[in-house]
Amino acid sequence: MTDEILSLNYQVNGSDLQSAGVASSDVKKVLRKLGVSPEIIRKVAISMYEAEINMVIHANGGTIDVSISPEQIKVVLADNGPGIANIDLAMKEGYSTAPQTIREMGFGAGMGLPNIKKYADIMNITSELGKGTTVEIIVNIPQ
Amino acid sequence: MEKDKYFHSVSLDRDECKGCTNCVKKCPTEAIRIRNGKAKIIKERCIDCGECIRTCPYHAKKAVTDNYKKIFDYTYKIALPAPTLYGQFSTAKDINIILKALKLLGFDEIYEVLTGADMVSEATKEYLKRAGIKKPVINSACPAVVRLIQIRFPNLVDHILPLMSPVECVAREARKSAVEKTGLPEDKIGVFFISPCAAKMTSYINPLGLEKSELDGVISISDIYGECASFISKLEADEDLTKATASGLSWAISGGETKSLNIEKSISVSGIRNVINVLEELDDERIDDIDFVECLACTGGCVGGALTVENPFVASARISQIAKNYDISYIEKGSIIPEDLMLEKEIEYIPVMNLGKTMKESMEIMAKTQQIYETMPRLDCGSCGAPSCNALSEDIARGFAKELDCVFKFKEKLNFLINEMNQLDD
Repeated sequence: MTDEILSLNYQVNGSDLQSAGVASSDVKKVLRKLGVSPEIIRKVAISMYEAEINMVIHANGGTIDVSISPEQIKVVLADNGPGIANIDLAMKEGYSTAPQTIREMGFGAGMGLPNIKKYADIMNITSELGKGTTVEIIVNIPQ
Repeated sequence: MEKDKYFHSVSLDRDECKGCTNCVKKCPTEAIRIRNGKAKIIKERCIDCGECIRTCPYHAKKAVTDNYKKIFDYTYKIALPAPTLYGQFSTAKDINIILKALKLLGFDEIYEVLTGADMVSEATKEYLKRAGIKKPVINSACPAVVRLIQIRFPNLVDHILPLMSPVECVAREARKSAVEKTGLPEDKIGVFFISPCAAKMTSYINPLGLEKSELDGVISISDIYGECASFISKLEADEDLTKATASGLSWAISGGETKSLNIEKSISVSGIRNVINVLEELDDERIDDIDFVECLACTGGCVGGALTVENPFVASARISQIAKNYDISYIEKGSIIPEDLMLEKEIEYIPVMNLGKTMKESMEIMAKTQQIYETMPRLDCGSCGAPSCNALSEDIARGFAKELDCVFKFKEKLNFLINEMNQLDD
């Protein structure tokens, strides 16, 4: 870790949909304290929240590593879940594999990944069936 | 009252403060610390919600308001009672008796704030129909909520209803008609708000979205309560003084403003912590398909204001009962447009939470905070005078507190020294 990067790490509990969003809420608070502009905070908070919810719904939780530098904010969400069979399909708005119970709770509308893409400057997904998924979100801070 | 950019109505009576941590733990914006055995309010973080006033067991937290004798500095004195006042007296079932009692206090004329509430409701209905506005619209009548959004929810600032509060609408009308009626110059006319709320005092000194408040002072309901109550017991309702409407009255109660708008897709929330939770959800765009959100900092709405006397739930029931005697509203549809009540200035984000001057400096302080926090007991006991271990870590990193302010750290250090000394003896 260089002096220029601040790291935040979170464990996301997979069984608890009610506390999903705690990590993104904390990151929002940190970014506000760092004086990051509201627009950037919004991009990070919303994209990270969506990815955090995905982790809880599909992958029984995981870890989130956030690295903040004056130039960019990088969020890496890694899980050991079932993996995504077809990433292109998963990126389509409205496509969802969430079970009925989750949908009944108002989640799983198939907007998660498309929304992350919309708010992130760069989004990378790597996934292996049966092993897990890693979502990387990068939001640049205009200098 | 002196003009001061950082003025806050909520303040401390140092003599009464015992240095306990009740207020520190209750403050929703972490704006209080105990320093040298007394509470200290971090001015720029305080939103005047009044939580500390309600929670202090020693009544050391006070709201600075104007002494009611100030009205006698003016030739023509006008009272603007908040609708909350009407729920305060168990002996008064009729608003006219309460208004008559206010006149006996020395006021020449009364303009009820509820008439302004009806004006704002009508203008809001029109505003909500406009294209291009940010939805959901968040009410602007609670100054503690507006201030909260300004310091903590920068992305919601442009959701705030850009209309004047009911009391400012009424104050403007009252002064105008008093000048016409009496022929007196404006500065001889004193316009006073009878307030349930500390934050309204702050917004009179430093108006939200206005260059200048139309008020000449803010008097707390609790200040005049005793004298009013003694008049009320002797009075009959023989004069029709009120312009009450069911809709205007309901503004004193959580959900009242929303109800007056007659819209389906709305949320009403009261109590500062509940408000923060809802705003947090809005901020993350987790709430959709809602047109209007009414947020009131005090539990139950303005009836729960820190400057009231009666239990908020009792007051609320009483007002609902009184409201049954009146028509919904007298305002004709379309007679008021948003432009009539528009704020003069935009409500802006006030970044007060920054740790340092630059992002780099803030990052250094944050990294240091993290390091210190790792060594903390994480019990959030508050004994150090900060609300949590994290807040103390941050205070230490910023140079405002010392590591040994933590009682556990102190004990550790003490044990260490005792051991050292024992070893010396051996």
